[in-house]
Amino acid sequence: MSQREFLRQMPGQAGSTLSPGLATRLHLDAPLLAALLLLMLGGLTVLYSAGGESLDLVFRQSLRFGAGLFAMFLLAQIPPRSYRFWAPFVYSAGLILLMLVLVMGVQAKGAQRWLHIPGLGRFQPAEIMKLGVPAMVAWYFSERTLPPRLLDVVAALVLLGLPAMLIGLQPDLGTAILIAASGLVVLFMAGLSWRLIAIAVILVVTAAPLMYYFVLHDYQRNRVDTFLNPEADPRGAGWNIIQSKTAIGSGGIQGKGWLDGTQSRLDFLPESSTDFILAVLGEEFGLVGISLLLVMYLVVVGRGFFISWQAQETFARLLAASLTMTFFIYVFVNIGMVSGILPVVGVPLPLISYGGTSIVTLLASFGMLMSVHTHRRLMSY
Amino acid sequence: MRRPLKLKDHHHEQRIFSLRLFVGALLVVVLTLVLFSRMIWLQVIEHNRYTTMSDNNRVQTQAVAPPRGLVTDRDGVILAENRPDFSLEVVIEQAGDLNALLKQLGKLVTLDDDDLERFEKRRHSPRRPWEPVPLRGRLTQEEIARIAVNQFRLPGVRIAADPIRHYPHGILFSHVLGYVNRINAQDLDNMSLDEQSNYAGTHFYGRNGIERFYEDRLHGKVGYRQVETNARGRILRVLDEQAPVPGKDLRLTLSMKVQKAAYDALGDRRGAVVAIDPRDSSVLAFVSRPGFDPNLFVTGISQKDYSAYRDDRDKPLFNRALQGRYPPGSTIKPFMGIAGLDAGVTTWDRTIFDPGYYQLEDNPHRYRDWKRWGHGRVDLHKAIEQSCDTYFYDLGFHLGIERIHKYLSEFSFGQPTGIDLDAESGGILPSKEWKRKVRRRPWFHGDTVNASIGQGFVLVTPLQMATATAILASHGKQVTPTLAAGEVHHTNRHDLVLKDPGNWDKMAAAMTQVTEGLHGTARAMARGAKYPIAAKSGTAQVFSVGQDETYNEKELAERLLDHALLIAFAPADHPAIAVGVLVENGRHGGSTAGPVARKVMDAWLLNDKGELDVPPSLLPPAKHAETP
Repeated sequence: MSQREFLRQMPGQAGSTLSPGLATRLHLDAPLLAALLLLMLGGLTVLYSAGGESLDLVFRQSLRFGAGLFAMFLLAQIPPRSYRFWAPFVYSAGLILLMLVLVMGVQAKGAQRWLHIPGLGRFQPAEIMKLGVPAMVAWYFSERTLPPRLLDVVAALVLLGLPAMLIGLQPDLGTAILIAASGLVVLFMAGLSWRLIAIAVILVVTAAPLMYYFVLHDYQRNRVDTFLNPEADPRGAGWNIIQSKTAIGSGGIQGKGWLDGTQSRLDFLPESSTDFILAVLGEEFGLVGISLLLVMYLVVVGRGFFISWQAQETFARLLAASLTMTFFIYVFVNIGMVSGILPVVGVPLPLISYGGTSIVTLLASFGMLMSVHTHRRLMSY
Repeated sequence: MRRPLKLKDHHHEQRIFSLRLFVGALLVVVLTLVLFSRMIWLQVIEHNRYTTMSDNNRVQTQAVAPPRGLVTDRDGVILAENRPDFSLEVVIEQAGDLNALLKQLGKLVTLDDDDLERFEKRRHSPRRPWEPVPLRGRLTQEEIARIAVNQFRLPGVRIAADPIRHYPHGILFSHVLGYVNRINAQDLDNMSLDEQSNYAGTHFYGRNGIERFYEDRLHGKVGYRQVETNARGRILRVLDEQAPVPGKDLRLTLSMKVQKAAYDALGDRRGAVVAIDPRDSSVLAFVSRPGFDPNLFVTGISQKDYSAYRDDRDKPLFNRALQGRYPPGSTIKPFMGIAGLDAGVTTWDRTIFDPGYYQLEDNPHRYRDWKRWGHGRVDLHKAIEQSCDTYFYDLGFHLGIERIHKYLSEFSFGQPTGIDLDAESGGILPSKEWKRKVRRRPWFHGDTVNASIGQGFVLVTPLQMATATAILASHGKQVTPTLAAGEVHHTNRHDLVLKDPGNWDKMAAAMTQVTEGLHGTARAMARGAKYPIAAKSGTAQVFSVGQDETYNEKELAERLLDHALLIAFAPADHPAIAVGVLVENGRHGGSTAGPVARKVMDAWLLNDKGELDVPPSLLPPAKHAETP
């Protein structure tokens, strides 16, 4: 064992043998959990203001956090080996459900995303795929030698492309891209050759204008137009982005103070408790608040990378890295869109935005991450 | 397969993975720095710009219209006030399907085509988002209730209460008060920038009459309010406020009692009455009939009502007292008499013989007297009492048009009186120069002869008749009729100082004979009077009668009948009221216009018990204490 490898294995072993704390016994990762809880607490604080001091909203969000933490706890108990075993089944089931959505899904806001299950209510099969796709692609590579050969790359692209396409048909381009991205991250982490990466980047850049004209729906095209020039229709399509930039910019360094953000409190900022909640934070807590948020996210991402690095098996490694990176992509896309450097895509700000099933999925993914970390010692090969 | 799959090179794979993880982490750091620098850009570098945008979003400066000053008569009776008016407004941005909404509203309140047309026009004129558009004014209590009950299914519909102008006496003061109606872009264009900002919150603007002339004083000074609004334009709190300065109340010299007497006395006839107190130049009554209801104009007159006024052949919108120009007829004679006496052309003792006509020496044309067989031997006194035309033909011919012009100008003929109303007509007092300029014809002696009895080119307004009479009553002291109490207006006329001031009283005595003398032409008006009345009747031809025709008034259409005129002042010895009356197609000044003038003078000079009780002048002479 090299010295590096010894050192790499030390902290985990030391941590678990020297102080078998409550967290470890429960298969939870204390630093990650602490960072997540801090983010959630901050999120509730901002949400209270964004929702017009509605305790009801905060309460319902807390319930979701509770459900999410419970899912996280459950998933942390399951060893990565089981994930690897179940990945193809979950993936296939998700694929079937996605097809069902297109056939018999429930319409809402012009898109068909929901599946109605009697007794359980409505849910979005796409949420399953947020975990299913990275798990599946990781499973695929765990069986093969790395770096992947071209055939493996094509196979992986099919595996991630199929669900992405089905979701894109709903249509839900944002989620489709993010799910594809989670699969691509696995591909990248698996050691996809730089040459292929370069070719892919060139392809995407040249294909983008073609996509704009031939693939995108009208409403999606409008979003891109608005992104490129929000001032063209300041009271219509450009309103959201102008108001959110105004909110953030007027916050300054120190912010206007909690509950004192005029942009959100006076309803100038649309979607202030959901997708655009960062603007509320930026307005009320200023650059200081946003920096703190970015630091917290970096802590989470850093811990995630650390867990991936320490993982002892290809599947766990790839899965952990993909989940971590996808989490960061959510953060980047949301903040980028709210601050006007990316087009408006319906992506919530992780752990801060008020919203449905995505919170549960997100916390569940951290449960898997914790599982990777806390079951490490028991594995051997 | 060159090597078995199971033998994975774990160390190699881990190295690859670690490198990729490192690249990934680097990417995360770089992208986070991108976000951070974006925030620096927005929150530090562009901070001021966005703060301004944010403030512009929420803070609006609203102009607060000052309450318009009230208008009262001299005794404090309210003539123009402000009342809350409930109107229906629609916030277009909240309304959703506008057509469906209007249809639904149409079932709850009456909306005619006029309302909808105006609404369309206002809807498309520039306004700020979320600013409500007025749809209908003057909601009844019942309509307000119906809207309120259905409010929940009427998105964007609101009921606004704004003060609007109300004229409690409606038609009675229509021509003198004028009215206000909605201010328009043209009004604002005609203002200076300062004035424009002063009207920022004002919806109404004075048109015609007192409302127009004293607009500045009645309007007041605009106030401002900085309010914080939400995205839907709802006011959440007031940040700063500067109260408007209310418009000043305006007390008029008009007397409700006299005005009403004049209005009623004219009855349904077309005509005008102006009464002036010669002691202080105050206008006691100012009536032109028919009038109009000024309240109809305030919130926007309907096309139907407006057409009815515009197309009425009696022209109710025409201010006869101020702008109507009529031949003064014989009412000009006392002024001609004064001119003749002072110029030395005649004396009280000089007589002429009237055969029933007057002839210029070198001309066969006969200028006929109204009395076909003539008045016989006539002196000035008798010529006034009996209104002998021939005497004044002769007098005028000897005076000459230049001297006539000079004297009559001092009585305000041929020029605006200077009353505090806009668009006053000055009438016509002809001169040689005037005829050359306007008519491009030389002056003939015949023109002078015609002018001498108030015919021909001479045209006067009823207001001028009253003003000239007031000047006569005050012995030549200038009178500039004034409607606003306490205002003093000046004109470029001079006090008329006669060489023999006794002629004033003698003329008053001769005019008193018009109402009291056996042959006085206005005897009817003095019947039962508690005070002596000096008067002069007049009849103005609308239709000129040919040289040898006799005219049968029954055959003439009513509208071609002579106008009846009368001027009077009373009490003849200490005048406290001077009246000019015009009745269109009233035929005889004495019998038609006389009783009208009498009722007006009674209203002023008699108290409630019918006793002579002359109200004090508005000027503060020490001997008069207070208004009774």
